[in-house]
Amino acid sequence: MDKKSNRLGVDIGGTFTDVVLEKNGEQYSTKILTTYAAPEDAIIEGMHNVCQKAGIKPSDIGQIIHGTTLATNALIERRGAKTALITTSGFRDVIEMRTESRFEQYDLNLTLPEPLLPRQMRFVLNERVNAKGEILIPLMRKDVEALADKILVAGFESVAVGLIHSYLNETHEQMIRDVLLEKIPNVMVSLSCEVSPQMREYERFNTVVANAYIKPLMKSYLSRLEGRLKDEGADCNIFLMHSGGGIISIESAAEFPVRLIESGPAGGAVFAANIAARYGLDKVISFDMGGTTAKICLIKNQTPKTSRVFEVARTYRFKKGSGMPISIPVIDMVEIGAGGGSLAHVDAMRQIRVGPESAGSEPGPACYGRGGTKPAVTDADLVLGKLDADNFAGGSIKLDKDNSAAALEDVLGKPLEMNALNAAFGLAEVVDENMANAARVHAVENGEDLSEYTMIAFGGAAPLHAGRLCEKLGVDRLLVPQGAGVGSAIGFLRAPYSFEANRSVYMRLSDFDEDKIKSLLNGLKQEATSFVRNCDPDADILSDYKVYMRYSGQGWEIPISLTQDQASHPNAQVFEASFEKDYSNLFGRSVEGMDIEITVWSVNATTPLKPVARIAEETVADLAPIDHSRLMFDAALGVNVDAGIIERASIMSGSVVTGPAAITEDETTIIVPSSRQVICQPDGCIDMTRKSEEIGL
Amino acid sequence: MTKKLNNVFYQVMWNRLISVVEEQAQALVRTAFSTSVREAGDLSAGVYDVNGQMLAQAVTGTPGHVNAMADAVSHFIRRIGRENIFDGDVYITNDPWEGTGHLHDITVVTPSFYQGSLVGFFACTAHVVDIGGRGFGADAASVYEEGIYIPIMKFFDRGEVDQTLVSLVRGNVREPDQLIGDMYALTTCNEIGHRRLSAMMDEFNIGDLEDIAHFIFDNSRRATIEKIAALPRGSANGEMTVDGFDKPITLKVKLTIYEDTIVSDFTDSSSVDKKGINCPMVYAKAYACYALKCAIAPEIPNNAASLEPFIMKAPENTIVNAKHPAPVALRHIVGHFVPDTVYNALDKLIPNLVPAEGAGCLCNFQVSLRPRTDVPAPMDAIRSEVLTFNSGGAGARPEYDGLNATAFPSGVMTMPIEATEHAGPVIIWRKELRPDSGGIGKTRGGLGQYMEVGAQEGHEFDFQAMFDRVEHPALGRQGGGNGGPTTIARDDGAKMFGKGKQFVPHGRRVVLAFPGGAGYGDVSERDLKSVKRDFARGYISQQSAQQDYGLSQDDIAQVLESIEKGEAF
Repeated sequence: MDKKSNRLGVDIGGTFTDVVLEKNGEQYSTKILTTYAAPEDAIIEGMHNVCQKAGIKPSDIGQIIHGTTLATNALIERRGAKTALITTSGFRDVIEMRTESRFEQYDLNLTLPEPLLPRQMRFVLNERVNAKGEILIPLMRKDVEALADKILVAGFESVAVGLIHSYLNETHEQMIRDVLLEKIPNVMVSLSCEVSPQMREYERFNTVVANAYIKPLMKSYLSRLEGRLKDEGADCNIFLMHSGGGIISIESAAEFPVRLIESGPAGGAVFAANIAARYGLDKVISFDMGGTTAKICLIKNQTPKTSRVFEVARTYRFKKGSGMPISIPVIDMVEIGAGGGSLAHVDAMRQIRVGPESAGSEPGPACYGRGGTKPAVTDADLVLGKLDADNFAGGSIKLDKDNSAAALEDVLGKPLEMNALNAAFGLAEVVDENMANAARVHAVENGEDLSEYTMIAFGGAAPLHAGRLCEKLGVDRLLVPQGAGVGSAIGFLRAPYSFEANRSVYMRLSDFDEDKIKSLLNGLKQEATSFVRNCDPDADILSDYKVYMRYSGQGWEIPISLTQDQASHPNAQVFEASFEKDYSNLFGRSVEGMDIEITVWSVNATTPLKPVARIAEETVADLAPIDHSRLMFDAALGVNVDAGIIERASIMSGSVVTGPAAITEDETTIIVPSSRQVICQPDGCIDMTRKSEEIGL
Repeated sequence: MTKKLNNVFYQVMWNRLISVVEEQAQALVRTAFSTSVREAGDLSAGVYDVNGQMLAQAVTGTPGHVNAMADAVSHFIRRIGRENIFDGDVYITNDPWEGTGHLHDITVVTPSFYQGSLVGFFACTAHVVDIGGRGFGADAASVYEEGIYIPIMKFFDRGEVDQTLVSLVRGNVREPDQLIGDMYALTTCNEIGHRRLSAMMDEFNIGDLEDIAHFIFDNSRRATIEKIAALPRGSANGEMTVDGFDKPITLKVKLTIYEDTIVSDFTDSSSVDKKGINCPMVYAKAYACYALKCAIAPEIPNNAASLEPFIMKAPENTIVNAKHPAPVALRHIVGHFVPDTVYNALDKLIPNLVPAEGAGCLCNFQVSLRPRTDVPAPMDAIRSEVLTFNSGGAGARPEYDGLNATAFPSGVMTMPIEATEHAGPVIIWRKELRPDSGGIGKTRGGLGQYMEVGAQEGHEFDFQAMFDRVEHPALGRQGGGNGGPTTIARDDGAKMFGKGKQFVPHGRRVVLAFPGGAGYGDVSERDLKSVKRDFARGYISQQSAQQDYGLSQDDIAQVLESIEKGEAF
């Protein structure tokens, strides 16, 4: 047996740990409840489980790819190490003062999230670098030594170092590390010039603090995991999924654990990108809806959109600004508080509001019959006929429709004088509209028009809502792939080795310095490549070059991709032309007579993606046999319709189902609105399109 | 389709309109050149019906624009004339009285046509970096000195840009490329709103906004009036005195809660000042209304109907109703004190609701750098204008401490100092919390902050100060202590003033301490744990912990020990 061909993907999520084994192109998957006290336990159980299904031993596994929410959870739950911050004198409170603004302007009792480190754990040193990277006040070694003694006495396990303008001059941060390691042998040190060498002190300091804060925890977890897997016979290499959608070595992950944040969702985006490649789709929007949140990501040319900064641990209704900024390369996703468990209420204007409060699994939506009395999205789906009360989660939970109706009537129906059905319709419309708005705003921010896009939906609640979302967004085609329940873990197996290195360095096109650019990009390329080499010493490595540009005076840069040739032979006119083209695409017009500047430079080193075989799509179609039907509410028509019910497993490749219909499977139900029809593709993908004359049948 | 179902669709459309204006605002943040827009969020965006009534306003932005924006479009309709409104038009003004309060705010209004008919308007406002004149500051004696004035006029006529206007503006401001860039950015942002509105009308198959406007206004008005009706009726007076420019200013309000309206009457407030800290009524009204909405109806979105029940009165030529040609560049200083004045009255009618006084106005300053003139300057020395937005502490709330170094009532953000230092040869040597500046009390006032500002080698600068609360710190509520006052001086001890343009020679720095918020309630009721935490974090000094909060020697020793051990509180 070719050991290399057996690969294991493991995704530790909030509720479930998903494990997928791929053997000769066949997939074996399982879901185990996450074991918080020792997360590796669930992995071991899951590994044995899928090995047994596949008929192999753990020692036959060639490679394990792992992604986890542990890093994110440690930040949210404040379970990190005893950590100190060392910063420039005069700037002790940067991570506490944030943006000096209120993210919710109308709440007089607003409280701001506490910084990860309270003030007494933040120390300052007398030193200063200016905006050109020149040293204004040199750092005295004896000052650092004195501080190191203090840190030793206090017993800090981990130290973050973040100095003003350190992204331009690293010498002071490096000196601090040298002294700390000399004086305190076991301390872990994170430097902001390495973790996040980007301009804007609040983001950079917060990122290095987050890295330092979770480093001891993640390091110990990863080494424990390695040991346990070895003990169980799996002595293969382990790699980690990172937030940018690639994989890195376990050593790199332990050094930069902040890069593991959002690795699960990143896997989902990679999964969707892989499906997009299979179908040759260049414009895809992925839609992942679970119990508490929905995530939306744009995937262009089979590559998920990336960003340089994102926010984790939002504390106030998922509101922008209520979390903490992390500036690392990341797959750009919008997350909103809309899931199957999101609860609805009526506000002062007698409008239905949904989420972000969620029923969770206890008590769960009213229909679970565990004491929930507020209507959740799942209750609305049940009353609208989108779910079958007797066949939810493969029949493991029997849903109580009367409970749902009672909750809907009580909370929404009474104040709004609606019956349960209309209340359910209102609830579902509001949550679908919330998600559609988030998707629209995200598209506009990226200069995209969603009507040219195809949606790929996965996650437990997504197939129930994706059809309606497509109607709202004017999206013509929707794919619901197989294995959607463990999409992130499958995505891990499709991800390349990759690492993105970036750095803030200001350069105006009027001061274009070819040699400086060459050496800058070359340095970044070497840095990024070395991380990939760590994973695979022999692989081909591709470099993607990106520069972030703006008109001088603007505060918002847009990413411009460069070809290898443009990076090797930088030319100001070419840079300018690319920028103006992309700027016009985004904002409708370019601005004449303004100087243009480059603020951030980035190189992503990546191994080539395995070529994806294009699927031979089914076109000729037969109607799939419908077993029975039930009443289902069609939101676009605003009436109940008679919908065909069919099991997903019974639909053959090339079979057609016309809406209104519900396609059921253990993990979820795919709703086909009246305006749509479905053809089942050879890979089991449910391919939903707007009804047309030709295959209207 | 039944009526109830229609309501669901109206609700969806209302949500959509709020999303549309939010997109409009985000587009402005991304395309604007002015630092105050892009980094600080000093902007606003809204959508209006054909009558110029505001349907929805972006959440992103700052409260000072709330009512100003709501009123602006009707001025445009009146001045332009309905018969002159065409598809492809874009209108513009920076009129302080018909826009948003000072010449530095440019408002752009675009009519929205759908299938050939006018269906509504989009408007947006941005604070631009320079508008000519004396520069941003309080020094002007009349609005004529404060910069170029653009009356309500067409920027685009049926798609054609007015090149005469562009040339005139270019010739009168210090950063012409940036300003013209911002005028285009405002135009683009309305265009984005318009496109999204058309798509919505396609989707819902509606030809005008009349029905949705009724739906929004009816629900908002009823919800707001319900909130007001639930309050105790009555009248109370509030007042506050602040530094002003060269003589103190007193704001007085008589607040009356009626069955369906709340009237803030500012009769007897100080008269207009000689210098540019006067406030056009539209801006003062915005903050009076904002304060009341926060306290009474925070969740109701801003639109013509939800703002309508909040009425403001002020005699002409009081400082909150300055008339043309009074200088108004720093109208925010007085405007930002309006909420605390209103709260001083509201607290008497509804106790335990509103916070103590806070720092109030933003602690902004502008630095005009130039090559040193005392000796020959180095070759690479340059001229540059750098504006920064900073905040003092907010007032303590009945149940929570005041927010440290956080703007209230303004909604703007500070800029990263690394970005500020890239904008010009300025050096920010210090920007951190100011211990002991929060007023003592059962809940503590928010801390102010220290800043220290100098220039790169080879430069000198004028420092344009826009501070208040030097002589008049935030006053405590219900027995709470006062916040720390503003202090300003040069690092060599030379005296400086809270307002006005002041020269700083080569090599010298400006040392600033911004005010703290006031405390709430009697300090003896503060719980021990909070006192210890504040001391451990250094929010309060050992001296204050002992003297003001009565922390015992044992507790002090315990806290000091725990700090040495690196323990959190």
